[in-house]
Amino acid sequence: MASITIRDVRKSYARSQVVHGVDLDIASGEFVVILGPSGCGKSTLLRMIAGLEEISGGEIAIDGTVVNRLEPRERGCAMVFQNYALYPHMSVAQNIGYSLKVAGVASAERTERIRAVARILELEPLLERKPAALSGGQRQRVAMGRAMIREPKVFLFDEPLSNLDAKLRVQMRSEIRKLHRRLNATSVFVTHDQVEAMTLADRLVVMNGGRVEQVGTPGEIYSRPASRFVATFVGAPAMNILEGVVALDGLSLLGGSRRLAISRAGLPVGTEVAAGIRPEAVRLVAPGTRGALDATVDLVEELGAGRVVYVDLDGASFSVVTSETVHPLPGTAVGLQFSQADMHFFSSETGARLDVFKASVPVPAL
Amino acid sequence: MVERTPILNFVTHLVLFIGFMLAVAPFVIVAIAASHNLKEVNDVPMPLLPGGDFWANIKTAWITAGLGPKLLNSFIFAAGVAAGKVIISALTAFSIVYFRYPGRTLIFWLIFITLMLPLEVRIVPTYAVAANVLSPYQAILDVTGLSWLIEKISGVQVSLSLGLLNSYTGLILPLIATATGTFLYRQFFLTVPDELTEAARMDGAGALRFFIDILLPLSRTNMAALGTIMFLWAWNQYLWPLLVTTDPAHATAVTELKQLIPNVGGIPEWNIAMAGTLIVMLPPLVVVVAMQRWFVRGLIATEK
Repeated sequence: MASITIRDVRKSYARSQVVHGVDLDIASGEFVVILGPSGCGKSTLLRMIAGLEEISGGEIAIDGTVVNRLEPRERGCAMVFQNYALYPHMSVAQNIGYSLKVAGVASAERTERIRAVARILELEPLLERKPAALSGGQRQRVAMGRAMIREPKVFLFDEPLSNLDAKLRVQMRSEIRKLHRRLNATSVFVTHDQVEAMTLADRLVVMNGGRVEQVGTPGEIYSRPASRFVATFVGAPAMNILEGVVALDGLSLLGGSRRLAISRAGLPVGTEVAAGIRPEAVRLVAPGTRGALDATVDLVEELGAGRVVYVDLDGASFSVVTSETVHPLPGTAVGLQFSQADMHFFSSETGARLDVFKASVPVPAL
Repeated sequence: MVERTPILNFVTHLVLFIGFMLAVAPFVIVAIAASHNLKEVNDVPMPLLPGGDFWANIKTAWITAGLGPKLLNSFIFAAGVAAGKVIISALTAFSIVYFRYPGRTLIFWLIFITLMLPLEVRIVPTYAVAANVLSPYQAILDVTGLSWLIEKISGVQVSLSLGLLNSYTGLILPLIATATGTFLYRQFFLTVPDELTEAARMDGAGALRFFIDILLPLSRTNMAALGTIMFLWAWNQYLWPLLVTTDPAHATAVTELKQLIPNVGGIPEWNIAMAGTLIVMLPPLVVVVAMQRWFVRGLIATEK
């Protein structure tokens, strides 16, 4: 078990900087997921922890020891790669035991430990097979076994589930979670899949453009996104964002065509803001209902348990998740109702969360 | 593709058959000529059916040219070149692909340039070096005046000399130092996923360990292909062995075949010459047949 401390870590290649000063503390035994779109620097950060990329600036410490200059093998990390990276010419047992062989562990003990790991991962019947004769999920388990056998201080996962089909991914997700509970090793998991991130994480780190946007529990990230980016990146379908301007009597939306009567709490009139509301927080009501925004239905996606209704709000697209039995037809008019408590406001300029609009009027009015 | 085109099928088979005949006809003529006695082989037109003196001719050729020890020489020579080439190429390609060091690109291009300088082009300087490996150093000492200085001070005349003529080393070494194999390996190493390298690093394997445990087993088919090609190439070498081996004890089978070819005005024993050719042809044939499976896979496909 080990804690990881990341202080102002930077990474630049010849011309461009890809990680701009990341600070992060990971407690011993914690499962941290780094989430972000591709190219946001999350994998680079993970590889710097592993020692596969040099650190251009800042410091990474594992268990209080600065590891910047240490070789990967001296850091006590094990890594599971996206494409499994199994040695194709070795059997499953040899793959799992390779690190022990390199470390010079006696053959008898090696066999013993390979058996133990294989038992946990239910790989025992496959030990003599070559990776080419395994299914995707089995290969994934071998890759995990290879990481586990070293009893590392830190587990690093680099998008390990993205090559699996949807069903297997869900299954492996819960297996990784169970494994973590059992081994209780500090884990850092990188993914661009938000469902994976939300379900696995003790704590979630959302990254964008080489910077950390927000760190928090999945619940916090969902209910109080720190920036417009986090708000639209986490949650599916994405949060609806309506551009607006602070007016005397509330918020003027969409170039003045709609108005929300909310208190402006000290923001100067004329400030540009982005108002966000999650599709799950919107209720469909009859058009013309008092306090609701009227819109036209564009498209309905059936999900079985509910449906996603895309509506047109004066040219802006807006989505609503509804589980009710209403079946709005494309082209019909509906009313959108939501409470101000469910709304999020971000500065149009910086994208940062604005908490000045706190609850005064319960319902936005037309 | 499943198609029913009988005429096209016939034409393609015909083309295939003509190609096959073109390739195999010289070999058939050699075999037929080797099976006749002296009189029959010189008949005009040459008989197109095998005669009955095949084994007698083989025996004569074997004894006349002393093929036993020559074949052994050839085998040591060709195997040495193949093995040396496989090892050197793997090491140089490993260095070029997996390490970042100053001058790497320069070295890469220097190796590349050797492709344009085959042995035949640089045969005189290569021979000079083989005759005395230390001659370049001697030249440096002479030009800089160091040998004069050493002679003045210690009274010893510097004369470095290490000859490789008439030795297996002299036969083999100059043929190893070419770039073809390096490129074959380089292309293969570039297809090995980076994640594999990284996984090995995470597992604690150092560079050499990674090379031996991961890269070499993965490039088995490449090694087989390169080894086979180089074995054949070295086996068929004529000019270099002829230059380096003045002593018949070190001559190779291919150069020694010349002993069997009738001189102008001599007895036209073409049957014996052909029999000798057949014997010399046999070992490479065996190697190709034995390595064929690996050989083809190494040249066309990368194992996943």
